[in-house]
Amino acid sequence: MSVVADREAAPGGLWSRMSLGQKHVIWAWGFLAVPLIFYAVIRFWPTFQAFYLSATDWSITRPASFVGLENYRRLVADPLFWQVFRNTFMYLILGTPISLLISFVVAYYLDRVRFMHSFIRALYFLPFLTTAAAMAWVWRWFYQPVPIGVINDILSSFGIPQQPFLRSTSQALPAVLAPAVWAGLGFQIIIFLAGLRAIPVTYYEAARIDGLSEGAILRRITLPLLKPTLVFLVVFSSIGFLRIFDQVYNINTNDPGGPLNSTKPLVLMIYQTAFSSYEMGYAAAQTVVLFLILLVISLVQLRLMRDR
Amino acid sequence: MTSAASPQGLPMPRIRPGRIVAWTLLFIGGVIMVTPLLFMLSTSLKDASQVYDLRVIPEAPTLDNYIEILGDGRFTRWFFNSMIVAVIVTLSNVFFDSLVGYTLAKFRFRGRYIVFIAILSTLMIPTEMLVLPWYLMASQFGWLDSYWGIMFPGMMTAFGTFLMKQFFEGVPNDFLEAARIDGLNEFTIWWKIAMPLVTPALSALAIFTFLGNWTAFFWPLIVTTSADLYTLPVGLSSFAVEQSIQWEKIMTGASIATLPTLIIFLFLQRYIVRGVMLAGLKG
Repeated sequence: MSVVADREAAPGGLWSRMSLGQKHVIWAWGFLAVPLIFYAVIRFWPTFQAFYLSATDWSITRPASFVGLENYRRLVADPLFWQVFRNTFMYLILGTPISLLISFVVAYYLDRVRFMHSFIRALYFLPFLTTAAAMAWVWRWFYQPVPIGVINDILSSFGIPQQPFLRSTSQALPAVLAPAVWAGLGFQIIIFLAGLRAIPVTYYEAARIDGLSEGAILRRITLPLLKPTLVFLVVFSSIGFLRIFDQVYNINTNDPGGPLNSTKPLVLMIYQTAFSSYEMGYAAAQTVVLFLILLVISLVQLRLMRDR
Repeated sequence: MTSAASPQGLPMPRIRPGRIVAWTLLFIGGVIMVTPLLFMLSTSLKDASQVYDLRVIPEAPTLDNYIEILGDGRFTRWFFNSMIVAVIVTLSNVFFDSLVGYTLAKFRFRGRYIVFIAILSTLMIPTEMLVLPWYLMASQFGWLDSYWGIMFPGMMTAFGTFLMKQFFEGVPNDFLEAARIDGLNEFTIWWKIAMPLVTPALSALAIFTFLGNWTAFFWPLIVTTSADLYTLPVGLSSFAVEQSIQWEKIMTGASIATLPTLIIFLFLQRYIVRGVMLAGLKG
């Protein structure tokens, strides 16, 4: 545009004396200038700041002053933290295998279905496009006692006793997890379908000629070749479950994370520490712990990917 | 894959009883998957007296809940806020992520690798960790309770940059060289020549960014304090708390938050599914 005009208008200018390679470099840094400022200010600086804040007693009422590892000491001694830590891992340990098992089974069979294939796929995929905060309210309604709650109504029509769901310390966490699993299935199914389709048909044909059973084909061909997809989905959904917040916050707004903190995940604890108790420094230490947990998961992923 | 036409005469008949059972189970599972959505929609079309009647097809469907809620003005405002935020952030990502991805894929210069690693490394930092510094930044610069305050953290993403870089690497250099010989400047080459060649990736990026921002809850909840600036999920949450047990009103609000993405999906199903596959496999 204007650069071209400059070059023609001022043959003696600095720009025209540059070699093509030099111009190339200038264009590159020109393209990167605004994004680099963005990443420096919005990503890198806050990252360092988060580590620094985690070592301060910053709160709304007083400016940050350095307290070293005090916040971490307090966190380790806080029984609520260990409860929350346990809950967070329960979301992960229940959510990831259950959702991956269901989505794999669905994808495995859906891959062979031709009749109304894209319609059925759409049925499974639709929940992925919903807003978690909105769906938490739908599920909250489902879990209500008779006569409002759909699930208890169905149970009672079969003569099964009423379940407390969100009101019970043992049932609340799975009840909160269900909408998260439900909403994530569609994504996992689509990714599994893509992975299944990437396996060359000739492998299957060869296996059939060799007389392998469907079960043997699944074990010896499909699953091994699906490993990269599987690793990606394990990590992706693990990170999702470790960061669960929207559902938990909305499904019990009277007492988020309740009853008795039995559904409270780490991100909700961070939110409450920072924006209900205004202990920003302490909350920052909790975010660093979340970071470390996610870092370990990512490193395990890298390791698994290299082994393939 | 398991097509019925098998030239070697392998035992693969067109229809087996197992197939029909599998299809039926898949179909039932799919219906169960959309049941929460059906209940949400059907209850939004019922009046307060019918809520306890759990039939999916309402006896006397009515749009009164929608008229009341949309007439109140708050939901239209929140809808508008969410739309503004999601559209601007999406456009920004489509522009900047692909510009950076293109630069990293197609330019050779000292520092390229460091820039790439630096941007990629931000993927390791969960946004929850940055939320407190962002909040501090927003309050110092007066960004709390503003559109910019909601949008600024997501204007560019490493995920999008990485995705676009992968795709630009597949664009043949000959195309770009030919354009250079024709005297086009580098910006025009990127915008006019390279960008049209990666439209599937661009649509994947746009779909993911829009969906992510449309449904975002955590950061908008933190950064907005006045109801005028709530996004739809945050507004719905505050609205639902205030309605307490008026489930037909809450379901109407939830439908308003959910329907736009579902309707978009009905029209763009092919692109969205392909986009998810692309992003999932390359990203």
